[in-house]
Order: sequence, then structure tokens, then C-alpha cells
Amino acid sequence: MAPIARLLLLVLLSTALTISSGSGDGYTINGRVKIPQGLGTKGFALPGKMSNIKVILNGGQIVTYLRPDGYFSFQNIPAGTHLVEVAAIGYFFSPVRVDVSARNPGKVQAALTENRKGLSELVLEPLRDEQYYEIREPFSIMNVVKSPMGLMMGFMLLVVFIMPKLVENMDPEEMKRAQEEMRNQGVPSLASLLPGGGRN
Amino acid sequence: MAIRSFFVPFLLFALCFNSSLTPVLSLYEDQVGLMDWHQQYIGKVKQAVFSTQKTGRRRVIVSTEENVIASLDLRHGEIFWRHLLGSNDVIDGIDIGLGKYVITLSSGGSILRSWNLPDGQMVWESFLQGPKHSKSLLLVPTNLKIEKDNVIVVFSNGRLHAVSCIDGEVLWNKDFEAESFEVQQVIQPPGSDLIYVVGFAASSQFEMYQINARNGELLKHESETFSSGFFREVSLVSSETVAALDSTGSILLTISFQNGEISFQQTPISNLVEDSSGPAVIIPSSVPGIFAIKTNAITIFIRVIGKGKLEVVETTNHETAVSNALPISEGQQAFALVQHAGSEIHLAVKLAHDWDGNLLKESIKMDQQRGLVHKVFINNYIRTDRSHGFRVLIVMEDHSLLLLQQGAVVWSREDGLASIIDVTASELPVERDGVSVAKVEHNLFEWLKGHMLKLKGTLMLASPEDVAAIQSMRLKSSEKSKMTRDHNGFRKLLIVLTRAGKLFALHTGDGRIVWSHLLRSLHKSEACKSPIGLNMYQWQVPHHHALDENPSVLVISRCGPSSGAPGVLSFVDAYTGKELNSLSLVHAVVQVIPLPYTDSTEQRLHLLIDSDKHAHLYPKSSEALGIFKREFSNIYWYSVEELDGIIKGHALKCKCTGEVADEFCFDTRDLWSVVFPSESEKIIATVTRKSNEVVHTQAKVIADQDVMYKYISRNLLFVATVAPKGSGEIGSVTPEESWLVVYLIDTVTGRILHRVTHHGAQGPVHAVFSENWVVYHYFNLRAHRYEMSVIEIYDQSRADNKDVWKLVLGKHNLTSPISLFSRPEVITKSQSYFFTHSVKAIAVTSTAKGITSKQLLIGTIGDQVLALDKRFLDPRRSVNPTQAEKEEGIIPLTDSLPIIPQSYVTHALRVEGLRGILTVPAKLESTTLVFAHGVDLFFTQLAPSRTYDSLTEDFSYALLLLTIVALVAAIFVTWRLSERKELQDKWR
Repeated sequence: MAPIARLLLLVLLSTALTISSGSGDGYTINGRVKIPQGLGTKGFALPGKMSNIKVILNGGQIVTYLRPDGYFSFQNIPAGTHLVEVAAIGYFFSPVRVDVSARNPGKVQAALTENRKGLSELVLEPLRDEQYYEIREPFSIMNVVKSPMGLMMGFMLLVVFIMPKLVENMDPEEMKRAQEEMRNQGVPSLASLLPGGGRN
Repeated sequence: MAIRSFFVPFLLFALCFNSSLTPVLSLYEDQVGLMDWHQQYIGKVKQAVFSTQKTGRRRVIVSTEENVIASLDLRHGEIFWRHLLGSNDVIDGIDIGLGKYVITLSSGGSILRSWNLPDGQMVWESFLQGPKHSKSLLLVPTNLKIEKDNVIVVFSNGRLHAVSCIDGEVLWNKDFEAESFEVQQVIQPPGSDLIYVVGFAASSQFEMYQINARNGELLKHESETFSSGFFREVSLVSSETVAALDSTGSILLTISFQNGEISFQQTPISNLVEDSSGPAVIIPSSVPGIFAIKTNAITIFIRVIGKGKLEVVETTNHETAVSNALPISEGQQAFALVQHAGSEIHLAVKLAHDWDGNLLKESIKMDQQRGLVHKVFINNYIRTDRSHGFRVLIVMEDHSLLLLQQGAVVWSREDGLASIIDVTASELPVERDGVSVAKVEHNLFEWLKGHMLKLKGTLMLASPEDVAAIQSMRLKSSEKSKMTRDHNGFRKLLIVLTRAGKLFALHTGDGRIVWSHLLRSLHKSEACKSPIGLNMYQWQVPHHHALDENPSVLVISRCGPSSGAPGVLSFVDAYTGKELNSLSLVHAVVQVIPLPYTDSTEQRLHLLIDSDKHAHLYPKSSEALGIFKREFSNIYWYSVEELDGIIKGHALKCKCTGEVADEFCFDTRDLWSVVFPSESEKIIATVTRKSNEVVHTQAKVIADQDVMYKYISRNLLFVATVAPKGSGEIGSVTPEESWLVVYLIDTVTGRILHRVTHHGAQGPVHAVFSENWVVYHYFNLRAHRYEMSVIEIYDQSRADNKDVWKLVLGKHNLTSPISLFSRPEVITKSQSYFFTHSVKAIAVTSTAKGITSKQLLIGTIGDQVLALDKRFLDPRRSVNPTQAEKEEGIIPLTDSLPIIPQSYVTHALRVEGLRGILTVPAKLESTTLVFAHGVDLFFTQLAPSRTYDSLTEDFSYALLLLTIVALVAAIFVTWRLSERKELQDKWR
């Protein structure tokens, strides 16, 4: 992968026009797919091989593959507005709208449909690379503690070990008074709702 | 007490610890292959070329009817690389140039490509044009050079091209503009600089052009007329002789054009073979000196001796296939001949000039389920003792590919699975005593050890060896590939019907073939010349009172491509693959309607509509007839005539009249019809709900404690029409000229419940219908992007049932009967979003009870399957949802649907040539089984809203045990502590 990508960067952009009127009844769309180095090399999702990248015109009307330098071409294309898609495992490409004009052949009119960015040349680059797998996070105690269950457990531990201590330190008379108060209010406490909690 | 409250959260914690690591959809890389499997195929091989490289791994390059070119390992049959060309880009020929490039000619001879042999990278691509359409021929001469450039000779579109092998540059070309010239062969005699182009003109004239291979200069042009004309194919006998048949197919012609002189030699076939009858056809082959013709069922091999003298060397009435010639040494060419004899095939390798001697003669036992040998390709190798060894690649009737060597099948590929027509799922047998196939769970110690390893894995303490051990342990788990039903319903059989007329049963656990059966009824026979498999239906699904019966499927096929051709039904046992019964029908099968009724043996009633609009009931039993008569007036169906733009509704009328009395035949009547104006609308898609879909509840509680009632009807039809101009490809029409109209039609009454027009939109339309909603995908020409729209339909007549008091007092209309003939009060809601990719197929997840939320499964143009939550396609989405709506789970509105890479269910794999997606509910409510098929097969389990009803696969029992042990220890410790404390208190 890497040598190919390097090769891509080394190849100078030719001044060839994106659209040229070919012989016969249609026009020709020439373009190239460029995968910048660095993208796709991070992470562990293996990017698809360069030789498996497909370029698709109008949702499957014509399918073509890339040459080693990344160039592709569609021949015998009628004038009109076309859609070029790139199917490559590991990368997200925006479809490109390409206008083939009958009046002034050779005029480049291409735009990414995802963000409406115009292209001066038909050089297609991935918008982002795609990670198909989740990355396993290494086990850490902090993660467990921070999770809602961890917090809940922390609270529980607090109740179990600290509360008795607090109760112990209370003045017995004061405690009796508090209990009296509670009984008077008659509010069912959460503890009494839990099975066994009331007895604690 | 403290202990008890301590224990509960700890247990919860242990559970949650696991689930918190499992995200909704996505997979970790080490989970690949746990619940999914992926199989790669290529399709029926059309042409095979062996790589002659002496070093490295031996390969064979194949082109197939699925339009795949692939490089296979000759030793094991695995795929090195593979490319699927576009559907309009049919491969005409392949060859190997310079020993390191694969040359392919495709698209009717207009695209010539060269691929790097080791890795499949495309090297160059050339577009060849010509004045007119013609046969296309590819020729890669081994030693023809022009200025050190190896040359590829291509005849296509009425023009002869010489193309450089290195860069695809056209070196010269020569037009053959003569109006009626039909090229038959392009010949390059080895060692010369000449190219011969031979063909027919005006069907009775033989033409020969001699061309200088260096510059394309026409050296000689000869033509000769043969009064009774020619019959299609010619067979090349030598580099200067061809064999042909006259137009009646009774006279053999050998045409030689030595030194530019054309001469005919006529031999009536009856002179050669006494009992020949009927016209003959030439079997195309390229064995020097020998050609084969076929009359009726007899194959005749004829040798050409000297100048036009013919001699019959063998006649056989066995099915025979011949390979092309293979040069093995100087002046010697060998070829392979395969003949069927009972359950064996006889393989003979002979030298071209010596028919009677065999270089090799073997007989190989062949699986009867593979049918006949269709094609043979031969390759040789040099044994250690310098003698020639041969290996033969054969293509069978079921599209499988086999390599034969030394009297045995070395490897085989089931490439019939690349062309699946229909899929259905079947249950496995119930586990009973003695039925169990898998071995008993290994001992407790091993089990614990496994779980300890898993625990180490979860805690990230595992060494690389441990990780490998865990991985292999998970993959090997015998549990998932057992041959019996499981509690969760994950194990099933997928029964697939392939284009070759073969049925396969695949196990969902690991994708292996449980049985395969070449349907006898789909065999070519006198009565049925070209049978085509159409569909499969579940005929018998025993679950209540017929548990002893095996489930069976119904396969519908037809004799010939026209819809009026007679149909064939076959009933196949789903456990064993045996064909229980087959019926050759006298009537055609235009439509099959599975009825929602079963008889006492749980056979489903089916109604078959023929081309004369008669309905035939199956099974033909009096019990079925009784059930059917009871429901006679409740049976409605519809038909779509796409060409005329008419949708019609039908019902039953009475018993058939006029014909032979058959009590299972019924006349039908038309109830309604919807006619679309042909000048402005053309039907391009119709979709209904799956008949076996389960809906959990009709009510939908929305944010403000309000209730909406879904309009759930099995009789809703989604229809999409486009302007006739816009039915072509994208780019062929302007937004002003194109529109898309979608309808929701009730198929009982023909009432149009909803109609919406999308101006400036265009097909193709892919849609899916489920519950009360339909989602469809189309192209928006104005924005020049794909769009997806959702329509939800709600029942208003029940809207005032939300008053609790009315329910209590019984003043509701929930129990009032629903009739489709009363005018339904419905409202629809819809919304549209942009979607990035082109789509090949859309499906929706289905679960056992319909409680779990739904996901759309979108097969994208890149042959991946994307799972998209239905919540993203909710017409109640708004830019700023209220707090209550947010709580309900409404996502703020965005203009396009998100594509989250982790939610590709096919993860980093491609289902090359994706055609269809099938979802089957598992018994476990949270889970659905997904099967995607194209040239590749892919299967996985999905849980659209997590597996809320079971522990996940990688739940660590060891962690749980460890926790319990720790807790018990803690109990004892604290108990002792408290006892001691109590004692101290008492002493105080």
C-alpha cells in the first residue's frame, strides 16, 4: 500500500483535461483517484488493496478499475450530468457530479456532492478513512469506577461502611428523637421499601 | 444484612462490566468470524487459461458467466484475486500475454484490459472502436513481434486491431467494412508474419483476407461462393483449413485456403454415418486435424486426412466434452476427452494425430448431483521422470469447478452458489435422545480453563499466544454448527436455489453445505428443453401437530423463458434434500400466492395463477379444498402489468368452466384496475410487506402521552412510477423532464390511499415496506444526490380511543370489525433525506415478535451492507426536538443520513456483486439473522437494539465465579470480624 501511495504523490498532475471529446459518439471522462499517504495507515483496519478500488459511473452503468498510477477513464459518455462514485474498502469517498457539456467540450465541471465543493480537476480523494471495527480500550480501574455501575457501587460501599459509623457516633438520645420524628411524618423511606432495608 | 446489599450491586456490576464494553452494533476485530461467515465464489467458468510460469505458485485464470475474472490457485482452488466487471461489460475473451499479463476483451470487443498476473492490478486499458457491430475475437500470439513489442490481435466491431502488449497502444488497425462480412476466425500461423481473417459474407460467400501482421497491410483477398449457404459456426482444423456445415446441416464442408486459394470439399454426413438423422451442429473446438459434430444425441468425431478427405474416428451416444488442444512438445498437441458412463466419467488424453492411442485413460467416480460435464480445460506438467502428466479442469452442469489429476478429484469449488435465484430458511430437527450429533461438552476443567483464558483476555492480561488460543477456541465452538435446533433459534438451514437448478442447504452456523440436490425436474429433457428455476416457497413447516414430518419446500420452475410456458413443481425435503414429488403441470405459472391457511399436515395452501387467469389450488386434496371453500370469498390478489402500466385486483369467481372438469381449478374475475397514463408514468417498482412479518403493537405512544395508531394492513402496495424519459440512466435527462410519483394502493379495493410526486427525481427506486411505513431510495436530479424518503401511514378512525373513560365504559371501537371496503381515515407523514451512495438492495430486520426496533439494511454500490436505524428515517424528526421528544428518542433533523463505518454489518468485507438481502427472525427476540448474497455469500447475526435478552457471546463466567468466590470469602471474613467484635463488646 505504502509504495503505491508514494508513487501517487510522486506522479505530477498532468495537464490532461478532465473531459475530452473522444472519437465516436460520446465524450471521455478522465480522472484519477489519489489516496494520500498517512490516511488509512493508522488504526488496524486493513485498507483495501489499490487493485480492488472500483470507479462506478451512474450507479453501475459503467464500472472500471484504476491503473497503477491511479488514473481511470470512461469512454463514450453522452453529454449530460453524470455521477462518479469510488468504491474502496477502508475509505469514504464522496460521489462526484461531472458535467459533460456538448457546447464547449473539454470544460471541466466537477463537484463533490457531499459538500458541494467544486473540483478544478477530476482528482478524487477520500473525505475520511473508515474504521469498521471498534477499538478495544485497555482495562483500567478508572473506567470501571467512572461507569454508572461503578459510581453506584461506590455509593453502596459508602452506605454500608460509613453509615453505621455515623449512626454509631450519634448520640442515642438524638437518634431516638430522629426516629420519633420520622414516625410522626409517616413518610415511607426508600430504605423501608427495599426488602430487608427497613431492618438495617 | 450489609452483605446482602453488598452482593447485589456487585453482581450487577459484573453483568454491566460486560455489556458496557459491547456497543450497539459494531464489532471488535477479534470478533470477526464468531457469528458471521463469508464465502467467495466466481460463477460458472466460461474460459480458463493456465499460467505457464515455471516458477512460483501455479495459477489458472478464469472468466465466468457472472462476469468475473479470477486467478485461482491450481493446488487448492483458492482465489488469489478476482474482479467483477460491470454488468454491461461482458467478457468476450481472456488470455495471458508475455506470461505475466492477463488480457481481457469485454463490452462486445470494445474494451481491452491488461491485468498484472500476480496481484490483479490493472496495468492498462484500451478502448477499441470500429465501424459496425461484429463478433469479437481475441488472439494473443506467442511470438509475433513488431519492433520488440509483443502484439495482441483483436477483431472487434468490424475492425482488426494490433495492440501492444506492454502499454495497450494500438499499433495498426484495418477496417472490414464490407456490409455483410461476418468474421468467423482470426488465424495466425505460428512462425509467420501473416494473419488470416476468414468469415462469411451474405451467408453464402466465404471470404479470406491475408494480412501482413507487421503493418496491417492487406496482402490478399479471396472469396468463393457456395450456393447452399453456411450454417453459423466453423471449426478450425489446421492453420489453413476450417470445417463448416451447409445451411441445411447435412453436408460437411472443409474449406482450405492454402496459399490464398480457396477450395471447398463437400461430404454429405450420410456418407460418413449411416444412421444420422436431423441437422448437425459443429462443436466448436480447436484440435488440429479433428473436429466434432453432433446430431441428435450422437457425437461424431471426424478426422481430416490430407486434402479434404474425412474419416469418422468415433461415434458415441454418451455425453461428451472435448478440450482445446494443448501443445506439449514440438509438433505434438494433446487434448482431453471426457465421457459419461453411468456414475463414472471417463477421461482420456490423446494426441491430436493419434486418435487410437491414449496418453492417459482414467475413470473417476463422480457425484451424481453434479450432473453432466459441460467444459473441459487441459493443462500439463512434467513429472520427475520427464514424462508428461496432465491435469484437467472440468466445469459441471451445476456450475461447480473440479480439478482432476491422477484419477482423483483434487479440489472442487461449488460455484453454483454465485448465482442464487431464491433463498428460504428452514428449521433444523429438534434434539432428541440419540439425535444429537455433536460431541458432549468437554470436561469441566477444560471449560474452566477456557473461561479463565477469556477472563485474561477481557482484563487485557493475555499474552499473544493466549489471544490466539482464545480466538481459535471461539471459532471452533462446536455449539454453533450442531445439526439440531437450539433455544435461541440461531441455527437454521438456508435453502438456496441456484440458476443451475441445484438446491443447496447451508448451515447458518458455519456456512457449510449440509446437502445439495440437482433437481431432476430442472434437468433438460425432451419435454422441457430449457427449464428455469423461478421461486421457492415454504410448503410445509411442521410445528404443532405434524412434528414428525420433515419440513419441505416447493420449487417452482418453468420450461422456457416465456411466461406462457408450462410450469414444473417440485417438493423437496428440507432435512435430506430428497425430491419428494414433482409435478409437470399442463398450465403455466404466472403468479404464486401462498395462502395463510394450512391443512392438518401443515401443508400450506398455494394458489397458482396461469396465463389464462385461472387459479389452481395446491395441494390437490379434498381437505385443502374444504378449507379453501370456506375462505373462498376472502381471497384477493393483484397483478402488475409493468409494460402496459396497469395494476389489477382479482378475486375468485367460480369453478372452471369449459375445460376438463378439475375441481381444483377456479375462474377469476377482475375487481378493479389502476391505469397509469403511459405518456407520463411508467411503473418501475412495486413493493409490499413481507407476508410473514409480525407486528407487536398497533399503538405508538408519542411524547406528550398521546397515542397514534399505525395503519397496519397486509394489503398495501407501494408503487413507484417515473416519467418515461427518466427511466434511463442518470445523466440522460434534465430535472424538468423527470418526475417520480409514488402511490400507496389498497390491493383489495384498488383505492389509492396516498400519492406524492417528487419533481426532478429519477429511478432506479429501491424500496422496503414494513409495518406501517415504506422507505424508498431514488435519485434527486436537482441536488444531484441520492435521496431516501419515508412515508408512515396512521389510522385516524381509532385516534379518539385514547380517552381512558371511553375504554372503561366500553364506548371504544377497538373491537369493531375492520373492513377494507369502508373508507379508511388515514393520515400520512413523510420526510426525505440525502443518502450518499447508490443502492443495490434494501431490506429491514425482522424479529420473532416484532418488539425490537427495526434497522434498515442497505446494500450499497460498494457491495457492503449498512445497518441504519429506522429512527433516522422518522417523519417526526425536527431541527429542534422538544425535551419530551428527545426523551422519546427522536433525533434532531439533519439533511443527510449518517454513514457510520462501524455499522456496516459486513465490516471490512465485500459481498461482491450483491443482489439480495434476506432477514430471518431468530427465536430470541432481540436477534435477527441476515443473509446477503451475490457472487459472494455473507451471513451474520444482528441485534438492532443490543442483545437485551441474553448474555453476549463473550460473557465471562469466570469473572462471575471469581466474584462469587471473593464475596463468599468476604462474608466469612466479615462474619469472623463481627463475631470478634461482638465478643469484645460482651467483655467490655
